[in-house]
Amino acid sequence: MATFKYHLLICGGTGCKASDSDGIITSLNKEIKEKGLENDVKVVTTGCFGFCEKGPIVKVLPDNTFYTQVTPGDAAEIIQEHIIKGRKVERLLYTDPETENHIADSKHMGFYQKQIRIALRNCGFIDPENLDEAISRDAYMALGKALTEMTPQEVIDEIKKSGLRGRGGGGFPTGLKWEFASKNEADQKYVVCNADEGDPGAFMDRSILEGDPHTVLEAMAICGYTMGADKGLIYIRAEYPLAIKRLKIAIDQAREYGLLGKNILGTDFNFDIELRYGAGAFVCGEETALIHSMEGERGEPTFKPPFPAESGYNGKPTNVNNVETFASVPVILLKGADWFSSIGTEKSKGTKVFALAGKINNVGLIEVPMGTTLREVIFEIGGGIKDGKKFKAVQTGGPSGGCLTEKHLDTPIDFDNLIAEGSMMGSGGMIVMDEDDCMVSVAKFYLDFTVEESCGKCTPCRIGNKRLYEILDKITKGEGTMEDLDNLKNLSNVIKDTALCGLGQTSPNPVLSTLDNFWDEYVAHVTDKKCPAGACTDLMNYNIIEENCVGCTACARACPVNCITGERKMPHHIDQAACIKCGTCMEKCKFNAIELI
Amino acid sequence: MAKITSLNDLRKIKDDLQEKIRLRENAESPESMAQIKVGMATSGIASGAKEIFNFLVEELDKRNVSAVVTQTGDMGYSYAEPTIEVTLPGQDPVVFGYVTVDKADEIIEKYIRNGELIEGIIPANYKTIDD
Ligand SMILES: Cc1cc2nc3c(=O)[nH]c(=O)nc-3n(C[C@H](O)[C@H](O)[C@H](O)COP(=O)(O)O)c2cc1C
Ligand code: SF4
Ligand code: SF4
Ligand code: SF4
Ligand code: FES
Repeated sequence: MATFKYHLLICGGTGCKASDSDGIITSLNKEIKEKGLENDVKVVTTGCFGFCEKGPIVKVLPDNTFYTQVTPGDAAEIIQEHIIKGRKVERLLYTDPETENHIADSKHMGFYQKQIRIALRNCGFIDPENLDEAISRDAYMALGKALTEMTPQEVIDEIKKSGLRGRGGGGFPTGLKWEFASKNEADQKYVVCNADEGDPGAFMDRSILEGDPHTVLEAMAICGYTMGADKGLIYIRAEYPLAIKRLKIAIDQAREYGLLGKNILGTDFNFDIELRYGAGAFVCGEETALIHSMEGERGEPTFKPPFPAESGYNGKPTNVNNVETFASVPVILLKGADWFSSIGTEKSKGTKVFALAGKINNVGLIEVPMGTTLREVIFEIGGGIKDGKKFKAVQTGGPSGGCLTEKHLDTPIDFDNLIAEGSMMGSGGMIVMDEDDCMVSVAKFYLDFTVEESCGKCTPCRIGNKRLYEILDKITKGEGTMEDLDNLKNLSNVIKDTALCGLGQTSPNPVLSTLDNFWDEYVAHVTDKKCPAGACTDLMNYNIIEENCVGCTACARACPVNCITGERKMPHHIDQAACIKCGTCMEKCKFNAIELI
Repeated sequence: MAKITSLNDLRKIKDDLQEKIRLRENAESPESMAQIKVGMATSGIASGAKEIFNFLVEELDKRNVSAVVTQTGDMGYSYAEPTIEVTLPGQDPVVFGYVTVDKADEIIEKYIRNGELIEGIIPANYKTIDD
């Protein structure tokens, strides 16, 4: 057997594949062959490294060199310089946005230093299409331990003791949920994995499934053992073709090795898993709607109780967990509940995966211990705000969450703290906003999403959210009144209290939290008819800067409503009352004489 | 692939497979094991550094000694090529010059395994390669 001197890990996640990581693999393999290095260098396609924005990523081991934005054309240089001559290819190294220094290896990147990877432990480390690699990293070992050395109740107790809470949004204690499902007697029970991931901007579940599918399969089987279920279903959105492909490969390989199927590892435990596809409606991520959708009914939520643990899929006891929740389970059984519960805060144990997005330097996927502060996430891991702008707010919990501001930066992130501050953990989306973002528009954006995604079954959500949206729209156009602000608050509270499912119950959160934290900004829109962030174009005026205007008349000739006047070669003037804010004049002016204020 | 029919089977297979990703696992925590850098500038390669590099990687693996072996460019000791730099956990780096296969063998057995100092160390106003 060849002893490889180098492993080249190439990201095969959705993000990097989109920028031709497959082409890089082909070129690297070709170079390696040409140079006769087949026995020295091993090329491995892995899942996501979390640094997608700077992808495609190529990582060289053992020296942890981290190359970003690699193209197939760079393959020859990587092989010639790095592998043959031992010199790093400087121009492909990651550049620290603050110091502008090249950083040689991932161990020294601020992005990775504060992370602890539990759910993502194998993402960007193993080839997700190769069960052998997974096994060498302990895949199915926890299942083996559970089946041969533990009773179902002992497994449940271990999970309970670990303090693991659901990562799908609600934060319900996982061990307790498993216990409910195990206590309900029935001839057939089901384990369901919720891979619907509907929060806009979120991609943690997709990355886990693409990077380490076996961990999810294994955890589902462990759950099946505790509750007495022999059937697992993964509900995944059809827009995740790569995750689906990798799951299918993983299920086939696990069956072939006898790790799924009958008499697993020589015991009398049977378990098998099938995929179910969702059409990608946000509400279908809600567990009752998800179950109805799998049954072939309309994907609409129904009132709980009965909880799925009692009457779920086909009316049978069903346990629904999120992808990331499952991904934490095998490690807990192998390393122990005490190890897991030593990480995190008093009531939120372990780690959480977040998708960082928005106006932040290091856009990407991260996993940090619960209790990490927003400041550490945004400024140390995230590398701070883009273009040296000022931090304004961060939205956590997606459309169900709220925004947090400067004064929350040192709050340790966990389930309870985020709720106490008027937001929530949600599935882990984190959208960072800077001084140019208008908070009224942000609230409007989320309400627009909610109105679009509401299933329409109950009135508060169907009509109430539409009204919220309309009021916000009015405010951004400068037509709002102080009474509208009162109405926003009252209506939000009514919707929260009366909507049928979690979607409606949480949809006013973005409105309430922006009202709370950015009241002055709302008032400025209403009373001064101004958008302090300069984002609401309806509240802006086009203005000609006299000193810059040479009187070329280009703007006046282009204005569709003829509201620009002025003598040739003299400064021009816009009649604000007549201007329809089409922006044409600004486009036409070649002298930077027209501004938007 | 035959089916895996017991936890012990699975453990055995895992142990066999683990070798294949040991290089990757070691790279996860390089600070906890010996780190060896082989000088691979033109002068190093001409004087046989490649051979030393291959010998180290293969032998460390065979002898089950955890270490991370990388190549590096010029180490600034061209008169003493091939040179290698060894950093044991928690210690300052030490550079060996005129390394032959026999010397490399001795470095593995004595210095890396037991921390015994041996001849061939290039002393003095040392600066690390990456500084
Ligand atoms: C509108 C809405 C959307 C949801 N979307 C998801 C989702 O995409 N993925 C998910 O795991 N849970 C989602 N949930 C939460 C699920 O209902 C359920 O609580 C979760 O899957 C349970 O798993 P956990 O305990 O492991 O978190 C959603 C809930 C609501 C109300
Ligand atoms: S709250 Fe909205 S999404 Fe939920 S059931 Fe009512 S209408 Fe449907
Ligand atoms: S196009 Fe610009 S420079 Fe010309 S008249 Fe208009 S504002 Fe003045
Ligand atoms: S924005 Fe449009 S309407 Fe207003 S002055 Fe410019 S060209 Fe005329
Ligand atoms: S997809 Fe490649 S780093 Fe995320």
